[in-house]
Amino acid sequence: MRYLPHTPADREAMLATIGVASIDELFLDVPESARLDGLIDLPNHQSEQAVSQWFARRSAKNVAASSVPFFCGAGAYKHHIPATVDHLIQRSEFLTSYTPYQPEITQGTLQALFEFQTQVALLTGMDVANASLYDGSTACAEAVVMAHRVARGKKPRAVLAPGLHPQYAAATQMLASTLGIEIDERDTRPGRDDLVVDHIDDATSCVVVQSPNVFGEIIDLAPIAEAAHKAGALLIAVFTEPLALAAITPPGEQGADIVVGEGQSLGVGLNFGGPHVGLFACRQKLVRQMPGRVCGETVDANGKRGFVLTLSTREQHIRREKATSNICTNSGLCALAFTIHITLLGDAGITRLAALNHEAACDLADKLEKVEDVEIITETFFNEFAVRLPGSAADAVQHMADNGVLGGVPLSRLEPSADPNILLVCATETGCVEDRDAMVAALKAAIA
Amino acid sequence: MSTYYTEDHEWVRVEGETGVVGISDYAQKQLGDVVFVELPDVGTSFAKGDEAAVVESVKAASEVYSPVSGEVTETNATLEDAPETVNASPAGEGWFLKLKLSDAGELDALMDEDKYKAYCEGL
Repeated sequence: MRYLPHTPADREAMLATIGVASIDELFLDVPESARLDGLIDLPNHQSEQAVSQWFARRSAKNVAASSVPFFCGAGAYKHHIPATVDHLIQRSEFLTSYTPYQPEITQGTLQALFEFQTQVALLTGMDVANASLYDGSTACAEAVVMAHRVARGKKPRAVLAPGLHPQYAAATQMLASTLGIEIDERDTRPGRDDLVVDHIDDATSCVVVQSPNVFGEIIDLAPIAEAAHKAGALLIAVFTEPLALAAITPPGEQGADIVVGEGQSLGVGLNFGGPHVGLFACRQKLVRQMPGRVCGETVDANGKRGFVLTLSTREQHIRREKATSNICTNSGLCALAFTIHITLLGDAGITRLAALNHEAACDLADKLEKVEDVEIITETFFNEFAVRLPGSAADAVQHMADNGVLGGVPLSRLEPSADPNILLVCATETGCVEDRDAMVAALKAAIA
Repeated sequence: MSTYYTEDHEWVRVEGETGVVGISDYAQKQLGDVVFVELPDVGTSFAKGDEAAVVESVKAASEVYSPVSGEVTETNATLEDAPETVNASPAGEGWFLKLKLSDAGELDALMDEDKYKAYCEGL
């Protein structure tokens, strides 16, 4: 294929056709501070070897998650991924396949996504799940938009709990603002999620509550679901750590109408923050308002079991501008990795893995509790919890990193206006008791 | 009791001050097996030509437009669990909704049964 760039005359003609004076005008929605003015000053004509060496020197300054005791969570989790996962997803049938429009040539991909949906529905305790969205935060935003559709646009407000991951709240706020959905003002503060019931009124389309929340706190969703339903609103339950669902009562059993979250923790590496995989599940009666692809099981002309895309009439390629949502891409490969990991673990394995995580976190909490001036502020947690330090959590994290321990995520890193002394700590099965002792020692030194 | 038709294949049957709305036999044949019908809330007001419902078949999802202006007084609960009723009885039990007519004069602009039949034959 030849690359044929547009001539300046082509561009002028196209801009004139759509009534825009310059290409820059097409980017006015991007905040000015994020727009590049002019070119970046880069050296020209370096040799391949010089470039390679330059990057090797730069990357040596990184502290890799796997090279030191590691206690960061807050939305992305480090778990052991069996080698089988990577081996299987690298098969070209999966790795290079395009969107599975044609069932006659994509049975493998369709079946894998069907199994994925089944696993997500089982984990969340819901009736039906889609074939994934981009990540947890966009899934959360899509859920709020879906609740708005379910209310037929007659309920303009969405209430976000104070324990919702700040980045999920920001993504939701951004998408909602383009659709005229009002989002209640919120601060990320611990111990206040149950108070969202006071904010529910007749104009509320949905309440968004994360459990375990960003502080690691496990929230009793049932009373919130009851209050929401009384006002004709939906409860959207959010999670960032799907492994937690193997240890706690699934949100579907607590009355949630839509459950969304991040699937990265199972099968997908930290990947520098992405690509990740958004999980999305809902009750059967809401399925036609659900965004995204759905794979379904059927039989072919000979009565043999097969898989197809189903409920496609909601989607853009059939319903055009009336489509349920603009989302028709899914994180297919990450969803596959998620499914293979869960399949390898099995029912007993995932429960055992969840227990190992909880034990590791309890051990770390017991040790941190004994450290003077450190207060554990999360009461009921799975594998992560929040601590309040006597001083800046960001400074403590830097000090620990300088001493070879990645000791957690300062809450202020996620939301600059939040309490600067709160540190979010996560312990998984990948850390051993020596790692946890090293973290406690490093924290003691950091706050001394 | 008379029934009027639109060029978009909706029908409205006038019963006193009420108009019963559905889709025609021609429309259900074109759509194929109906699998879902999305109906409006009772109390919603429509102007003539507004989107009143969505009918989804195995082939497509299509809007159903209100043939006349009015306020929804009732929707057909049967369609929730048995959307195939639209295929089986488009002019009868497969009705979509009832409207309290706000302007009976609008009916004059619609086709009667004979005109609609001729219209379909010309398609």
